[in-house]
Amino acid sequence: MREVAVVATAIHQVPALTDTTEVQLMVPLINAARDAVGLTQAEIGFTCSGSSDFLAGQAFSFVQTLDAVGAFPPISESHVEMDGAFALYEAWVKLQAGEIDTALVFSYGKSSPGSLRDVLALQLDPYFLAPLWPPADAVAAIQARLLLEAGKVSGEDLAEIAVRSQRNAVGNPNAVRFSPDMAVADVMAEVPVADPLRPSDLAAESDGGCAIVLAAGDRARQLCGRPAWIRGIDHRIDAHGLGTRDLTRAPSAELAASVACATADLAIESLDIAELHSPTTSQEAILVRELGLGAATEVNPSGGALAANTLMAAGLVRIAEAARRIIDDRADRALAHATSGPCLQQNLVCVMTGG
Amino acid sequence: MSGASEGEVRLPESLSGVEPVQSVRTPIRLEYDYRPSTSAESYLRAYGEKRIIGHRSPVDGAVFIPPRGVDPRHGVAISEEVDLPDTGHVGNFCVTHLPIPGRKGLEVPYVSAWIHLDGAAVGFLGLVRGCPSEEVRIGMQVRAVWKPDGELGTTAENILHWEPTGEPDVPFERAGNRSFHADREEETDA
Amino acid sequence: MAKQRTAVLGVGQTKYQSTRGDVSMAGLVREAALRALVDAGLEWSDMDAVVIGKAPDFFEGVMMPELYLADALGCVGKPILRVHTAGSVGGSTALVAASLVQGGIHRRVLTIGFEKQSESNATWALSLPQPFSVSINAGAGGYFSPIIRHYMARSGAPDLIGCMVAFKDRQHALRNPYAHLHQHDLTFDQVVEAPMLWDPIRYSETCPSSDGACAMVLGDEAAGDAAAGPVAWVHGTAMRSEANNFPGRDEVDPQASRDCAADVFRQAGISDPRSEIDVAEMYVPFSWYEPMWLESIGFAERDAGWRMVEEGATHLDGGDLPVNCSGGVLSSNPIGASGMIRFAEAALQVRGMAGDHQVEGARRAFGHAYGGGAQYFAMWVVGADRP
Repeated sequence: MREVAVVATAIHQVPALTDTTEVQLMVPLINAARDAVGLTQAEIGFTCSGSSDFLAGQAFSFVQTLDAVGAFPPISESHVEMDGAFALYEAWVKLQAGEIDTALVFSYGKSSPGSLRDVLALQLDPYFLAPLWPPADAVAAIQARLLLEAGKVSGEDLAEIAVRSQRNAVGNPNAVRFSPDMAVADVMAEVPVADPLRPSDLAAESDGGCAIVLAAGDRARQLCGRPAWIRGIDHRIDAHGLGTRDLTRAPSAELAASVACATADLAIESLDIAELHSPTTSQEAILVRELGLGAATEVNPSGGALAANTLMAAGLVRIAEAARRIIDDRADRALAHATSGPCLQQNLVCVMTGG
Repeated sequence: MSGASEGEVRLPESLSGVEPVQSVRTPIRLEYDYRPSTSAESYLRAYGEKRIIGHRSPVDGAVFIPPRGVDPRHGVAISEEVDLPDTGHVGNFCVTHLPIPGRKGLEVPYVSAWIHLDGAAVGFLGLVRGCPSEEVRIGMQVRAVWKPDGELGTTAENILHWEPTGEPDVPFERAGNRSFHADREEETDA
Repeated sequence: MAKQRTAVLGVGQTKYQSTRGDVSMAGLVREAALRALVDAGLEWSDMDAVVIGKAPDFFEGVMMPELYLADALGCVGKPILRVHTAGSVGGSTALVAASLVQGGIHRRVLTIGFEKQSESNATWALSLPQPFSVSINAGAGGYFSPIIRHYMARSGAPDLIGCMVAFKDRQHALRNPYAHLHQHDLTFDQVVEAPMLWDPIRYSETCPSSDGACAMVLGDEAAGDAAAGPVAWVHGTAMRSEANNFPGRDEVDPQASRDCAADVFRQAGISDPRSEIDVAEMYVPFSWYEPMWLESIGFAERDAGWRMVEEGATHLDGGDLPVNCSGGVLSSNPIGASGMIRFAEAALQVRGMAGDHQVEGARRAFGHAYGGGAQYFAMWVVGADRP
């Protein structure tokens, strides 16, 4: 496996983008990521992005965003209709073949013009589930209900996750929800939005984007004093039907993590931090258990998706948040996770180290 | 191939004789509340004053219309607005014999054209009227036909269509996308 | 680690037609995938990963359909990626799948492109009004016809070149049992006399709207060697993109197209494409794109592509560079699959498995797809011999 590292990151998340288009959002982010390592677009070997038409309300919405990259002279470029974390995976794969040394990855999401909870219903089986139009928070609530009734977590446990996330988010310029002193009792007093999930149990929706530069081997060492080396990366998917799997588990997350850690030759308990893309507190509880995270691992130091959830970029943002803590020498071993689909159906795990 | 034979579905007794469902129609409705960006807002407001706004690139002064805030060649932000005249030429065009879905009152066939405004470095789409479609040609000089003053809104629809001015055509080699380099050559030659 | 050799072990297609009312989307993709597995002599459990591509989600109204289709594609517990690069998607999907093998990540990958146009409202999806702008174009033809007009004016090509391409592709389609359009009684005059849609493109020179799926099984060198039947070896892969509206853009012969072709031929060690490529499957949704792409890719000199058409050089019978022997996009167009069909047909040719539309002795073939405002390009070269 060829050594590949994250050498630059740029993130921007706000409650809602009102004055700028997605293209105008990405111009400074893409430039910031390239400028951080002094690369021009012409020097980048491959570019890959992730975004969603349904989020934008436009077919072929990603075509316009190419303008933010500066795609002339022509570039080697591709796009996935998935979270940017999967675009990063595609770029990492391309780097493995050895013909290029650098890649630019970006993704963005502007969900504010539409209704996210309704849009996400269209991810469901179009013949049997989508016509019922279950809102996304209700679908997650079914999973949370099963989790509580199985006795695997308590309502207070979930509230603890919410409190910790919002406390961690204080000082993060890319968090849209944060609080230094919210207490478990405050959360428990909230009226559930989709019982048993309360507002603080659900992700804080945000608009925004993220750009990352990857580099291989010695090129990474030239560009960055302390690259965040990707030691293992893997993704898996579970069955789609909500009734066909145990929603209190996420086997694809467990499998992706064990494959990534095995490749990295790293014990999961040795991680300093884990940035988990968990759109609900209940999903974070599931992920912590599925991944087997140890008590010494700090979960979501950035605040995670509960502090800001830019759909289609949230997973890439987790990788960026984890990577920059390694680059800044605030951590040595980090795990970043991304999810897609209802109730943690698809999961990606990326393990990075500073040395 | 291992596993159960493909395509075999055994129905329960209670469903024997019931006609299978062939299709399901599921209407979807999603609402998106778009707000114009600052540059789009400026562009739309200018239309209300019968002005056409372009964006001038800081890299080489190329003027883009509509003003999207970025130079797509370089991925560089543009904020400088310029006023463009409502005259230009047909860079290219298409005579269409199909109606546009959702657009009423458009007689078929109609001519949609890439209008290259004087001073703009790229074209943008507009309808051409005022002459038979067979007479439309690449390089034909046109001017905007606006809605009457009382009917103007903050929208590109203020321009009803483009009509020929009768001036001599821009030669093919200098029309449309070729105009940018041709203009530059002229500048360096001069 | 060096780039790993990659082979096409199996190809599976569904019969392209306007409506497959007998299968759901899951049934459609599974049918093609199953055929590819059978062709490769492999099982679902042999696949390490799946890469799927299709046109915009708005077409069928399903957001991120890989989530719903994972089960049907035997993907539970495996990785699945979904590629979206506009019209070139079928091609770029195949390239992403190849990348997984070339990078040594996986040994055997299933890749598939599909579209269920009958369950889709493509016209509606393509006409969604862009906020704050006026809609002027009616469909893709409205976008491409001015470009064709430019080519005709610049090259001085005779007016009926496009009709010759359309007639040729529909003749070729008669020899491909999977093709959508089987117009047995079509005459050249009928092609010429068909109504004009987007002048100069006639109804007869336009692609149909089809339901369909196309799948391939890709494998590494060991899998290629172990295959019981013939395989196609990947000799070169390339993708290029450019902005679609910038000052001085050559929209007839986009630089992204030229750069992509130059890269893929360089990888394959090809310096004279016209003589070294035996057969080409190019993405031609409107007839005139055949001479235009012949020039851009480098099979013909500038302004001479139409001569190849006129001389019959691109005809399966007697041509020295047969193009779209499958009938091409002009005969079958399930949008998300069309690019992959080009890549798969190229593979079938060098495996000697193209049946009645086989080019005799074909050993090197070219697959091509494009999309967006003629701004996204995906290409590959495959060969009967190991590279």
